[in-house]
Amino acid sequence: MKKSFHLSNFLFKILLGFICIFSFVAVVYPLYFVVIASLSSATMVNQGKVILWIREFGTYGYEKILEDKRVWLGYRNTIFYSLVGTMINLAVTMPLAYTLSRKEFRMRRPLMALFVFTMYFSGGIIPSYLLMQKLHLVNSVWAMMLPCALSVYNVIIARSFVEALPPDLYEAAQLDGCSHFKYFIKVVLPLSKAIISVLFLYYVVGHWNDFFSALMYINKDELKPLQIILRDILISNQAFAKGAGIGSGMMGGSYAQDYADQIKFAVIIVSTLPILCIYPFIQKYFEKGVMIGAVKG
Amino acid sequence: MKLKGTGIKNRKKEWRRDWQLWVMALPGLIWVIIFCYTPMYGIQLAFKDYDFSKGLTGGDWAGLQYFKQYFISPLFGTTMKNTFVIALTSIVVGFPMPVILALAINQLKKGLPRKVLQTVVYMPYFISTVVVVAMINILCSPTNGIITALLRNLYVIGENTNILGSPKTFVPLYVISGVWQSCGWNSIIYLAALSSADLELYDAAKVDGANRWQMIRYVDLPTLAPTIIILLIMSMGSILSVGFEKTFLMQNTLNLGVSEVIQTYVYKIGIMSNQISFSTAVGLFNNVINFTCLIAVNQIAKKKADISLM
Repeated sequence: MKKSFHLSNFLFKILLGFICIFSFVAVVYPLYFVVIASLSSATMVNQGKVILWIREFGTYGYEKILEDKRVWLGYRNTIFYSLVGTMINLAVTMPLAYTLSRKEFRMRRPLMALFVFTMYFSGGIIPSYLLMQKLHLVNSVWAMMLPCALSVYNVIIARSFVEALPPDLYEAAQLDGCSHFKYFIKVVLPLSKAIISVLFLYYVVGHWNDFFSALMYINKDELKPLQIILRDILISNQAFAKGAGIGSGMMGGSYAQDYADQIKFAVIIVSTLPILCIYPFIQKYFEKGVMIGAVKG
Repeated sequence: MKLKGTGIKNRKKEWRRDWQLWVMALPGLIWVIIFCYTPMYGIQLAFKDYDFSKGLTGGDWAGLQYFKQYFISPLFGTTMKNTFVIALTSIVVGFPMPVILALAINQLKKGLPRKVLQTVVYMPYFISTVVVVAMINILCSPTNGIITALLRNLYVIGENTNILGSPKTFVPLYVISGVWQSCGWNSIIYLAALSSADLELYDAAKVDGANRWQMIRYVDLPTLAPTIIILLIMSMGSILSVGFEKTFLMQNTLNLGVSEVIQTYVYKIGIMSNQISFSTAVGLFNNVINFTCLIAVNQIAKKKADISLM
């Protein structure tokens, strides 16, 4: 009896260790590989010799990226869309969440249903595209910010958070003759820092990684966000279209393909780093944010 | 503070109290009407011939002609099958993973290893689909991909298999990379649920001499059950909306036979070849099936476990 008890606990520990180590390695290694490969020489990477550490250090890919104007233009556009877009998102989400959180508001449930329904049913991409055309938003910066000005899921999270604020606060404010506007700005917003951080992160990441809106609504080169440029360089293999093309000219065609991967590694790092940098700062709020969202049920 | 009845006086009083709430909801309301409900109004295009001058309301009545066109086209079978295969495999393989991961993380004591593991597994969620697909292409490249080399050495794949360009490997590649992307992120919600588990239950189980397997079986899993069911219902609601971006980006001429799903097909016939009414009809068909699945699973869960959305 006692022995089997120990054996099962031992097996448990083995399995636990395996799951944890395996998930860690499986997630980290591909990312780690991209980093070391981007800093190694192309020949070493191609021969499969870059496995655990950098071989023949070099920054060829990064140098080429610095010369590629498309990347910087995409960068600029994406930063603009992300920041302005997120401001719009928060400005729409928080007041709406407040309204939907007021239990004495009679239209609360119907309004909520109106929003939740859109999570599960939509007009589809074609009517949406025609609408954008009619509104003259195709090929405008607003196409990147207005269709995604609100995420109903985030409204639900924010509403649950505001609902959970102590009701005494509202009662006290009302006795003082405080209006909804004033209460919202003076009391609710300062107490909602945690949820605003979570929403900020969700929205910024959403905008930063948004490929679909641009694919649908943006054709002009000067408006293209980073993700479209990335697609062109990374997947459609246009690494040597402009800017970086000088390099291929000097090297001769056969080298170009070898070095294309180098450029890809560098582009991946350069485009992903900013997002990965802000995330640890907000990580402590995640579980809170997700938990609040889950309460809804 | 409660207002009873619907007399004019009360209405006025209520309006005086609530008008600011309406103002705050207004931007959101305008948005949802313009960007969500107006396209829904445009669904009628599926039953009409598209007329450029008339926009969303369409031209002459066409009835079910465009639906018929889809049902008899050879791509109906292909796109339906592909969509279902990808969606179901994703759910069957991808759904239990975050649960397992959360149970494992929950077993670790609070401290650095746990923190590091959590930080790491959430990371892929922040990497864009474009970059993920690019990484797949590089790492699985048939000539120098490191994953290709690994799998060849382990004899998982043959010497000449091209993971990127074979109809057989598309679905596994799609599903496994999907797990890589979202498993960690999806585990957060289960971890949150586990952290709110009743501590007395653990103590009681300990007193009863339960080992760690039994703790998971009799305490952790029942704690997670409602969350698991809710998330399962929600994933059914999007069963046919297989991630457009990723499928679209992973498509190439070699795997198109298994990677053309309804959504990518709609994009191609609608946006790229301008068959507006036809593609609206196909898109609507997709949405209706999604919605039906959601309602059906929701009803089943309501009856069997008394858990439902809304």
